[in-house]
Amino acid sequence: MSNDTSSPKVNYLNNDYSIKSWLLTVDHKRIAILYLIAISFFFLVGGLMAVLFRFELATPQGDLVSAETYNKLFTMHGMVMVFFFLIPSVPAVLGNFLLPLMIGAKDVAFPRLNLASWYIYMLGGTLTIFAAISGGIDTGWTFYTPYSSTYANTAVVTAGIAVFITGFSSILTGLNFLVTIHKLRAPGLTWSRLPLFVWAHYATSIIMLLGTPVLAITVALLAVERGLGFGIFDPNLGGDPVLFQHLFWFYSHPAVYIMILPSMGVISEIVAAFCRKRVFGYTFVAASSLAIAVIGFFVWGHHLFLSSQSVFAGMVFSFLSYIVAVPSAIKVFNWTATMFRGSISWETPMLYVLGFIGLFSIGGLTGLFLANLAVDVHLHDTYFVVAHFHYVMVGGVIMGYMGGLHYYWPKITGRMYNEFWAKISFLLIFVGFNLTFLPQFVLGQLGMPRRYYFYDAEWQTLNVLSSAGASVLGIGYLLPVIYFLYSLKNGKIASQNPWGAKGLEWEVADTPPDPHNFHEIPVVTEEAYAYAKEAH
Amino acid sequence: MGKAFQFYPEAASSFAGQIDNLYFFLVALTTVMTLGIVAVALFFFVKYRRRSDDECPEEIEGNIMFEITWSVIPLVVCLGIFFWGTNIYMGMVQAPPDSVPVYVVAKQWMWKLQHPNGRSEINELHVPLGQNTRIIMASEDVLHSFYVPAFRTKMDVVPGKYTSLWFRPTKIGTYRLFCAEYCGTSHAGMNGWVHVLSEADYAAWLSGNVANESMEEAGERLFTENKCNTCHAATGNTQLGPSLNGVYGKSVTLKNGRTVTVDDAYIRESIFQPLAKVVAGFNPVMPTYETQLNEQQIMQIISYIKTLKPVDGQEGGHE
Amino acid sequence: MSTSSESKHPALADHFIDLKQQYDSAQLGMWSFLLTEVMMFGGLFMCYIVARSQFLEAFVDASHHLSIGLGGFNTIVLIVSSLTMAMAVHSASEGHQKKTFKFLLGTLFLGAVFLGVKYIEYSAKIEHNNIPGDNFEWHGVANPANVELFFGLYFVMTGLHAAHMIIGGGLLIWLMVLNHKGRFSKEFSTPVELVGLYWHFVDIVWIFLFPLLYLIGRHSA
Repeated sequence: MSNDTSSPKVNYLNNDYSIKSWLLTVDHKRIAILYLIAISFFFLVGGLMAVLFRFELATPQGDLVSAETYNKLFTMHGMVMVFFFLIPSVPAVLGNFLLPLMIGAKDVAFPRLNLASWYIYMLGGTLTIFAAISGGIDTGWTFYTPYSSTYANTAVVTAGIAVFITGFSSILTGLNFLVTIHKLRAPGLTWSRLPLFVWAHYATSIIMLLGTPVLAITVALLAVERGLGFGIFDPNLGGDPVLFQHLFWFYSHPAVYIMILPSMGVISEIVAAFCRKRVFGYTFVAASSLAIAVIGFFVWGHHLFLSSQSVFAGMVFSFLSYIVAVPSAIKVFNWTATMFRGSISWETPMLYVLGFIGLFSIGGLTGLFLANLAVDVHLHDTYFVVAHFHYVMVGGVIMGYMGGLHYYWPKITGRMYNEFWAKISFLLIFVGFNLTFLPQFVLGQLGMPRRYYFYDAEWQTLNVLSSAGASVLGIGYLLPVIYFLYSLKNGKIASQNPWGAKGLEWEVADTPPDPHNFHEIPVVTEEAYAYAKEAH
Repeated sequence: MGKAFQFYPEAASSFAGQIDNLYFFLVALTTVMTLGIVAVALFFFVKYRRRSDDECPEEIEGNIMFEITWSVIPLVVCLGIFFWGTNIYMGMVQAPPDSVPVYVVAKQWMWKLQHPNGRSEINELHVPLGQNTRIIMASEDVLHSFYVPAFRTKMDVVPGKYTSLWFRPTKIGTYRLFCAEYCGTSHAGMNGWVHVLSEADYAAWLSGNVANESMEEAGERLFTENKCNTCHAATGNTQLGPSLNGVYGKSVTLKNGRTVTVDDAYIRESIFQPLAKVVAGFNPVMPTYETQLNEQQIMQIISYIKTLKPVDGQEGGHE
Repeated sequence: MSTSSESKHPALADHFIDLKQQYDSAQLGMWSFLLTEVMMFGGLFMCYIVARSQFLEAFVDASHHLSIGLGGFNTIVLIVSSLTMAMAVHSASEGHQKKTFKFLLGTLFLGAVFLGVKYIEYSAKIEHNNIPGDNFEWHGVANPANVELFFGLYFVMTGLHAAHMIIGGGLLIWLMVLNHKGRFSKEFSTPVELVGLYWHFVDIVWIFLFPLLYLIGRHSA
């Protein structure tokens, strides 16, 4: 296949350098790069806001920014991070790049829709930035009515339209993945041979397809309500503000799984490659993705335990929330078991796996507190909740995303990143993250409500710890930007398969891949991660 | 208040102890599980680190017994936690019948509280030690949430309906009251204090500043001032509208044939949206009082209607 | 560009192996898209169910002020348009260019009739100040606030449906252009088939909207 690295081969990066060839590309690999750039931008914007309001919270008084500004900052932080970073992060970048390579296809099923989804995403992002500049938005990323529909004086309609538009980008991505996985697999690549990354994206695309349209119609109703006084969420007309919460969380809870499932897929790939072993309990790991996708649709009411939802509904949602915890636990146990008698390499991607397992365990287990009717009464809407979902979102999703980015960096760019700086960055992220969010668990138990602009003096110590952690975390995230960019020109040229990993994307496709991925359609004859069968 | 640094909030209500027990069990579970998994992973990291580049470990397919074990045990533990918590929660939902009500109106960005005897407070709540206290809440604008960390209790205040919570204070002291549901610019400023007083102190506090009129009296005054008595008899026969004597807690038949129980929510709705549920036998002629009356006044009128006793030979509403 | 040995069908995209794979993918894609549409309208229907169960009188009262005649006429128009659409799909798959054009035009015409009637209905509502908002007026027996809620739902539901009809009209015109260029044949008529699926779906939405908004209110009276 590939020979030595000195001969300049045609690949998807060097086959055309014009700007037009990038902006009008229908190549899934180039679209992934476009997403990578856009997502990194939004991640830095969202992160900057977080650092700003963490500085504000270093003192109990509100002194750095005004209350309005603070409210706008945490709202924009949530909105940007959720809709413009976490949801598209792994699927739109790594998923887009890898799915066709992993299943032996030349592209996704609908390449033009794929490009359209990026433009839709950019349009939504631009509108969000516009909303931020033209008055900002201060409703919290949850847009709860009637504050958002009647009382807020900020750019709610613009932000709502932005979310509505961005939703379609997500729908198109999900639709593309679903059809691609169903119809474009290479000969011999049966369902039971699919890499777990593909299984995870299959489950994710189902949630994207079923959930996102409900969010779209909900924010559309919110916009109509605010603009025209339509009334479905307005108690003055007999409407019900709690109905909005039901509709909102019907999407937004499964959205958590849109974020975490692809990251779990990445973790499965890395574990296999860096232990040189088949993932322990392949079937269970694959099936647990589907189980999470299905059950995940029936737990949204655990966000509404205190909303005046009926006691019976609360019990049902609490019960189902405990059920959905089990498949996640199964995954964690199987990854750990995969390491048993493996050949474990200590390179950066594997460190991210270790980070993921530790932090996601805390994130998942603290979910048990909040799924509990009695304990949630105390912890609901406090910093405990903030800490919990950051352990899942940052400790889980971003750990997986960063691990995947390091693992596939040579495949994407043809260059190696600097291992030393990558390890330093991992350490900073790991330490900074825990320093930021561990104290918030305690703050929550002490009763500090979230979204508070100033707070009681006795809580300052913990808040200062958290703010200090946020600064370390910020530096930890800036380092990769530097060494990744540096590696583009100066990094060591990557060999065809620098990690010695299995899979079509490493073994058959060039590094970096040919514009058409494969010179001829590969035929698959073995299951995924068949490391032991290599038998030299 | 108090110490500069603490890991554990004060526990001052009858169910705080139960919740804390479960909370600390969960903390222990989380700690043990997380440290356990990380320890195992780290052990594997060291023990099975790659020693040579062409190392190729033997394949382990998976093990169905392991899978069943680590699916069933978490499931059982989860269900145990579910039942434990739900059991506690059932005791928190229903206020005991002897609870003394306190009426709370939340608005951006303050708490307005009124005791049955008419004494009202803003951002402060005085309650006697050991008394079952029921907080009945309405919102004048957006969502709020009534949160007293020391009591381990919290409930959203939802515009358009009444919500409630109850507690029995078990420790004398002063505790924080917060709004926990984001409600706009001064959300963080919407907080206050709950003072738990001894019986004697509470009595002194109550008498220290006698209110002009109790909630019932205020309700009666509003009932007359707003000319409700023109159509609704408080003590006599049915007039233009249904008479209200002894009607509270009964069920009445509506024009559409359904029945509805006359409770706080129904009375409130009938004052704000009189045409929504018209009692059978009456014409939909009552105007709305949405602009004339606020949430607190509605609560006073409800307190008054509750006191109206059935008159002999009369029935509230329509037969 | 990798070129296959045999001559490639002009409609076959590079990344598909053959027309069958391309056709199957397009079909699955369209059905998945319709699934998202079901969920989107589903959210609205959910709101309708919640509000109706709460304010039955208002919904009954308001629904008596919708014109069954116009709504029924529109229902027939849409059902017939589904027939002409199905005929267009059939004739395109047979490669009859002229017949395809006629049926597409017929479908477009019926769609336009539907929107025209909708315009008449909307105008009547605007005249009577039945648009939710500050100027809303209601002289019926039910509580005006709750009737306002009904009309809010009415406009959002039928409005979203009408938006789908307009998009459908655009798609029909696009098909006519492709048809004019002679793109459809016995081997390849996927776009007509997909737009057909979409058109039938939009029809079916109306088949649910019509009874919910116009009919069941009368039954309860």
